Amino acid sequence: MSAAPTAVLGQQLLAQDVLTQSTRGTIDVPSIQYGALSPIIIVFGVALAAVLIDAFAPAKARRTLQPLLAAGGFAAAFVAVVLLRGRRQILAAGAVAIDSPTLFMEGAILLFAFLAVLLVAERRLDSSGGAIVASAALTPGSPGATAARTSAGVQTEVYALMAFSVAGMLLFVSANTLLTMFVALEILSLPLYLLAGLARRRRLLSQEAAMKYFLLGAFSSAFFIYGLAFLYGYAGSVDLGRIADAAGTVGANDTYLYLGMALLGIGLFFKIGAAPFHSWTPDVYQGSPTPITAFMAAGTKVAAFGALLRVFYVAFGGLRWDWRPIVWTIAILTMVVGAVLALTQRDIKRMLAYSAIAHAGFLLTGLAAANSDGLRGSLFYLVAYGFTTIAAFGLVTMVRTSDGEASDLSQWQGLGRRSPTLAGIFAFLLLALAGIPLTSGFTGKFAVFQAAVAGHATPLVVVALVTSAIAAFFYVRVIVLMFFQEPATEGPIVVTRPTLTYAAVGVGAIVTLLLGVAPQPLLDLAGTAAASGFVR
Amino acid sequence: MNSFPWLTVLLIVPAVAAVVVMAVPRRFATVAKQITLAVTLVEFGLALLATIAYEPSRAGFQFAQKYSWIRQFGVSYSVGADGISLVLILLATLLVPVVVLASWDEVAGPAQAGAGGADVVSRRSVSAFFALLLALEVGMIGVFAATDVFLFYVFFEAMLIPMYFLIGSYGAVKEQAQRSYAAVKFLLYSLFGGLLMLAAVIGLYVVSADQLGTGTFDFATLRQLDITPGVQKLLFLGFFIAFAIKAPLFPFHTWLPDAGAQSPTGGAILLVGVLDKVGTFGLIRYCIPLFPDASSYFAPMVLALAVVGIFYGALLAIGQRDMKRLVAYTSLAHFGFIAMGTFALTSQGGTGAVLYMVNHGLSTGLLFLVVGFLVTRRGSRDVSAYGGMAKVTPVLAGVFLIAGLSSLALPGLNSFVSEFLVLAGTFTRYRALAIVATCGIVLAAIYILYLFQRTMTGPLVHEQAKGVLDLSVREKIVVAPVVALIIALGVYPKPLIDIIRPTVTATFEDAGHTDPAPSVPVNAAPVNASQAGGHS
Repeated sequence: MSAAPTAVLGQQLLAQDVLTQSTRGTIDVPSIQYGALSPIIIVFGVALAAVLIDAFAPAKARRTLQPLLAAGGFAAAFVAVVLLRGRRQILAAGAVAIDSPTLFMEGAILLFAFLAVLLVAERRLDSSGGAIVASAALTPGSPGATAARTSAGVQTEVYALMAFSVAGMLLFVSANTLLTMFVALEILSLPLYLLAGLARRRRLLSQEAAMKYFLLGAFSSAFFIYGLAFLYGYAGSVDLGRIADAAGTVGANDTYLYLGMALLGIGLFFKIGAAPFHSWTPDVYQGSPTPITAFMAAGTKVAAFGALLRVFYVAFGGLRWDWRPIVWTIAILTMVVGAVLALTQRDIKRMLAYSAIAHAGFLLTGLAAANSDGLRGSLFYLVAYGFTTIAAFGLVTMVRTSDGEASDLSQWQGLGRRSPTLAGIFAFLLLALAGIPLTSGFTGKFAVFQAAVAGHATPLVVVALVTSAIAAFFYVRVIVLMFFQEPATEGPIVVTRPTLTYAAVGVGAIVTLLLGVAPQPLLDLAGTAAASGFVR
Repeated sequence: MNSFPWLTVLLIVPAVAAVVVMAVPRRFATVAKQITLAVTLVEFGLALLATIAYEPSRAGFQFAQKYSWIRQFGVSYSVGADGISLVLILLATLLVPVVVLASWDEVAGPAQAGAGGADVVSRRSVSAFFALLLALEVGMIGVFAATDVFLFYVFFEAMLIPMYFLIGSYGAVKEQAQRSYAAVKFLLYSLFGGLLMLAAVIGLYVVSADQLGTGTFDFATLRQLDITPGVQKLLFLGFFIAFAIKAPLFPFHTWLPDAGAQSPTGGAILLVGVLDKVGTFGLIRYCIPLFPDASSYFAPMVLALAVVGIFYGALLAIGQRDMKRLVAYTSLAHFGFIAMGTFALTSQGGTGAVLYMVNHGLSTGLLFLVVGFLVTRRGSRDVSAYGGMAKVTPVLAGVFLIAGLSSLALPGLNSFVSEFLVLAGTFTRYRALAIVATCGIVLAAIYILYLFQRTMTGPLVHEQAKGVLDLSVREKIVVAPVVALIIALGVYPKPLIDIIRPTVTATFEDAGHTDPAPSVPVNAAPVNASQAGGHS
């Protein structure tokens, strides 16, 4: 299971070599500042160590060792990010850039990964332990698969896969050349495809999700690399800064530039789940094990947005008059599709998936602002949304029937009467997603919308506000179900003992409240990061 | 005395109390009620003291406090009171203890609930109900006290949530579907308006950033801005639609009858008595001073809507069979008068409008109280379930009559003064309109007297109604202060007018709306004419 990512890593090292030759001309040994790369290196180290532990440690030890290693590794990498604050340079022969926005997003990814590990490591929810199936390769319906559903044997490769994915995310947001970015994209995506297929219950749905995610993801990667080729042909370099320089000069073949930009954009818009490239989101979010869904919704979104912001601000910064109309269109489409289709959902995970799409649209208004305030707003929004969504998915794992999570909305009826605290927290998170004041959701929305109005995108903001009103309806509908309706006689049971899940949900909910009431520190951080901007 | 942070204290006390009451365990429901009553009485006392400390002759905001909240957005926690907001705070703090006492037995805790099936229906948390009332009080005071537009918006939206739960969780017991529908409709209408206002708030911020270098939400600073007429019109509409939905004005009113009918009695009183005043308050506090040109431009449109509302509301009220809906529709007519007085743009009309807000809170509050008493006695809101009730419940009938006569603006009772001022103020500028609107008073007499006649006078229609009890001591205590104020303010409204008038005059003068010179020479200034309405 862990062979594939390792192969990818080798491929990445190879790519580094190619890159060095292409940018330098001669084969020098590039000076690599390991200190500045330490967050990425730590997480890669954790991933490799996790593979080794999985191979050699006894089964019982693995179950405690692996989560501890992953959580500890992410925490250590986060400390490294904090220690690197203020650094602003281009490293590893131009392949990787470290600057304030990058570090901000790396920190966010690591925090979300840490919380996701808590959710994944929870073993008290399912009677047979954990949300992850032991043998994912078995055909659903076969005797072995049925046994695996209730088997207490738990494999721990999920932590290695997560660590690889996180390492890819960290590299993705800090990639300074398109080639590094592509490699990082693959490192983050391939483990995710596998992770999507690991759900213990509803195996068929989970495998379908993995397959769909893989096929569509492969397509989007192809678009990305096709765009990369065009841009290389245009600028003679895959370096983001050089592409920007070339785009600033007159006379070059602009067709390549625009084609490259469009194709690259498709690859990135796919990853953030923007319409019309969103169709994988609901299926994958629904089919994946819920802790993994939480991880994807928070972590992948930051990573993909990080890359998107860097590409559009650094490489295409001078072309903003060309790409703004496109970003406008995609933002509007994404918001409308997300909000309107969410109205019709009957499954809580699918509803949250469409909500994620709508939020991607709101985030794009920050990009459409194309100013430093927009960058600040996007950074803040990503953190705010990530914490809220992890907490929300974490809560979803706790509402269960005897046959796994009660993900059908009708099963949530009257939950507020049965377990008021849990339902109250979920209602609060929904209000945050809807953007009610005194929650982080409102502050985030305000930050991006204010930047967009200042950036002369007022019509976009008006559309965003109208879709916010539409979106409010389906969040409110869940509250109505939970609080205003009588519980069904055969309602779901809320599991009350999951300490780790409670911890993750609690952290998410508290941060959601804090960022609504006292957003100043994080806004300061995001503001400073945005003001210093991406390094070129 | 003026250095004392009255408004902050008024905000903190119920906020803390709400948390405390929420934490009271179910077994001690009575304790929760007692704490709530004590706190709300203290609140009223504090508000009274603040009113005494207030100096009407001084211009500008008093008891002002300002602390930076979110520096990046130029948001501050900034509160202050002028004559308009002070009387509305006084109204809110008066009505909350009345509501608390009126709801004393309306929300049955698990102890009072019957056994078996009925248990599920009535198993509602008593402490949560009173905590919601306290949270609502925080919102109501905050929205009137805020002198920062962002802070105002935060309170404006945050206030919706407790009201939403009051309607949805504690509304009409047997009508679960309609109750949820009304709650959602209320929330979505208000949210939609709020989001339009948010667009305008952001627009205002960006305009201030363009003109002053740094953006601000400070109301006093925003007043000084010189906004181009085109932008003014757009921003005005953003605010106006939000307030017109909130107030509500025709044609944005359709949520009001549903919400009014489905609310618990206490909720309905606060909803129509205070929450809706936020809309009319917003018109005079924000729309006119911030957008003076646009206010003049749109005044004819607003006046037309107001007059339509007066007649439409009255006609629909006449046709209602549901008593709570009837009262809600009468409010639509009253809000028409308030909007008319405001947008006549004369100091007399404005003063009348603000006084009308207070008086309407009292008279409609009392009407809802009486209707609520009837409904708890007979379990039906339908007019035909009553008839000849004066024979069994003479005191209740008497109170009903006073409330009704106040609502139809009988001279000698409070509403007459304000209605007279509004009509006289409108007459100086829009003669025909004032004459047409005056005819609305006749309709008011029809709907009130017709309702009274059908429910109270004549022979007792239903045999079962014979055993109905008259007002209990608790209920008499509830209505006594309101009845007393209705009579007192009808005879001697001067104290309130003295507080309101300077602020209203200053508001209109700052916005460049001077009172038209009287076309017929009169001996007394318009101000004195207002006091002539007092029957002193």
